[in-house]
Amino acid sequence: MKEKVKNIIENVGLPRIIIFFFLVSLFVLAPFVGISLSTSINDVIVRLSMNGILVLSLVPMVKSGCGLNFGLQLGIIAGLLGAVISIEMEATGFVGFFMAMGIAIFIAVILGFFYGVLLNKIKGDEMVVATYVGFSSVSLMCIFWLILPFKSPNMIWAYGGSGLRTTINTQGYWFHVLTDFLQIKIGSHIIFPTGTLLFFALLCFLVWAFFRTKIGTSIDAAGSNPDYARSCGVNVDKMRIISVILSTVITAIGILVYEESFGFVQLYMAPLYMAFPAIAALLLGGASVGKASIKNVIIGAFLFQGILTMTPSVINNIIKSDMSESIRIVVSNGMIVYALTRKSKVRS
Amino acid sequence: MKKQNLTGTMNPYLKFLIDYSVPIIISLLVAFAIPLSGLSGKYFIKELTIRLSRNSFLILALLIPVMAGMGMNFGIVLGAMAGEIGIIFVTDWGIVGLPSMLLAMLISTPIAILLGYFAGIVLNRAKGREMVTGFMLGFFMNGIYQLVVLYGMGNIIPISNSKILLPRGYGIRNAISLMGIRQVMDKFIPLKIGGILIPIGTILVIASLCIFIVWFKKTKLGQDMRTVGQDNEVARAAGINVEKTRILSIVISTVLACYGQIIFLQNIGTMNTYNSHEQVGVFAIAALLVGGASVAKANIFNVFIGVILFHTMFIVSPRAGKAIIGQAQLGEYFRVFVSYGVIAFSLALYAWRKRVEKENERRKAMAFKRMLLQNNNTAEGDKL
Repeated sequence: MKEKVKNIIENVGLPRIIIFFFLVSLFVLAPFVGISLSTSINDVIVRLSMNGILVLSLVPMVKSGCGLNFGLQLGIIAGLLGAVISIEMEATGFVGFFMAMGIAIFIAVILGFFYGVLLNKIKGDEMVVATYVGFSSVSLMCIFWLILPFKSPNMIWAYGGSGLRTTINTQGYWFHVLTDFLQIKIGSHIIFPTGTLLFFALLCFLVWAFFRTKIGTSIDAAGSNPDYARSCGVNVDKMRIISVILSTVITAIGILVYEESFGFVQLYMAPLYMAFPAIAALLLGGASVGKASIKNVIIGAFLFQGILTMTPSVINNIIKSDMSESIRIVVSNGMIVYALTRKSKVRS
Repeated sequence: MKKQNLTGTMNPYLKFLIDYSVPIIISLLVAFAIPLSGLSGKYFIKELTIRLSRNSFLILALLIPVMAGMGMNFGIVLGAMAGEIGIIFVTDWGIVGLPSMLLAMLISTPIAILLGYFAGIVLNRAKGREMVTGFMLGFFMNGIYQLVVLYGMGNIIPISNSKILLPRGYGIRNAISLMGIRQVMDKFIPLKIGGILIPIGTILVIASLCIFIVWFKKTKLGQDMRTVGQDNEVARAAGINVEKTRILSIVISTVLACYGQIIFLQNIGTMNTYNSHEQVGVFAIAALLVGGASVAKANIFNVFIGVILFHTMFIVSPRAGKAIIGQAQLGEYFRVFVSYGVIAFSLALYAWRKRVEKENERRKAMAFKRMLLQNNNTAEGDKL
């Protein structure tokens, strides 16, 4: 029995178990401190639908052996460009949203290709280089947000007349087009974002199906055993590039869905640290540096968003001070440190 | 052997250009931006002296882990936090002057040793990806630091000075004034040349750290670290305790970073309790890389060339940005971009070269094996 428990802890990982029980205790405590359980769960689902796709976007790169995508910001930039261009062209509703997506995907493919070529040149050190590629591209884009010739009065600074604002409202363009699609309202508090959830599910299914095709299995092989894959005639470098492009494209879509649901396009330094919560969520779901699945995405995003939603409300009510931000930092970054110190079979 | 291979196939001029591409690019940028900024020579020299004395110690703290083959120590953030905790205590007790600063160092040393030891253990478990792990460790520790300083201090840890406590009675304020230790080391030996204050005290401390590092390289421990840095297996065969040596290098670096942060803060005179340490690692590492260092090789000269180039850019870029498009914000973003970009570029360049070398070696080994096989075959053929 003792052996069995030890085995489970070894397999699942102690931090995950601690976090899981932490979350369960938060849910148990919630009704006692006057927080409605149904609204809390609804909040978790809404946030899951907002952030899920960003977590999903990490999967292709993990599978191809590129490690955790610390350079997620590159895809986010593609998404942001799509968003601001669609608003500049006054495109509204579903048309606007899909136009933003089309532009974003186009840019993401180009960026992803170059990113993939770079990552192939530095096999073995992907993660640390990717972190700084992400950071430097965000700060480079800050300069461009300032000098690109956008004209729409809803996006540029009111007084200077040039340069984009730090946050741009999507209301009046494509705010909540997915979220309100087939929306189910139960009572006055519970709003079920069917459209966004369906979209997330669709993307999950597409990624799952993609890894059942010939290219998908080749990517998997290239990641789990590059030498074996090469001997089977798989072009490992090409597979890695495809996976990086795929990851970047999904990130671009992910940030658009996030903005659509959130209501604001956040520019400048806002995307700087966006990679870490997504990575932490995936790891929380049971993934490691070299292995990830759709199951990990869904479980991880749910657990992570659960903690983000429940800690502020419950802890605030118990000890009357807001420790949630610090707890979030400890949990998400601690999870990443833990995963990085695990011995995994990632080969260069 | 490795070196020969690479230089053999490469034009020496080209090799120089690639090795020093970062300092060359930054020098060109600076040369372009200085006239644009329109700053007077005196102002410029004054700023640069301040920044040299303020930042050099922190950057010197990076050298020892590079020697031990652990790359750029992003974990110096941990040392900076330890130093800040020491400063919070001496400010709370209301001690002023140089003794206060020395006491802050004394208090924070055990904290820095403890944190460094922890970081060393974590990094030993993450061999091959020390840098990204150290980086994430900094973020993780920042959360713990917040819990301790924002919720623990005044609650569990006794702090009584209402000037540094938040109005709610516990937790340290966002910004605390360090009037008690402001520039006590810089002005310890007052000297002014042409209206510019020369911080002799701090310069002496930095110089003695340089001497310490040069001496340290020659000690048994220093030699061991270099062996570990070159090859773990060789070091182990030579009877060196690799794990312990690596931990020691991180502990020394963390303690030095802790002192570095205290020196940095005494110069500035105010402390942003929750932000001062955040960017310490990034700026120190970027400066070192701008000085021509790489992940595997860094020396004292790189530190000083780096500080001068990197901080010249920091001084001139907002003004230059204003001159180009009329917005100082542009220069602001530009210098953030350069800091991150330099790190991305240097790390990528190093990783790429490491891979090319590995590939060359593999090819050589394969060719050698083939030759042996062929010889064997012909020998067997002769027998028949």
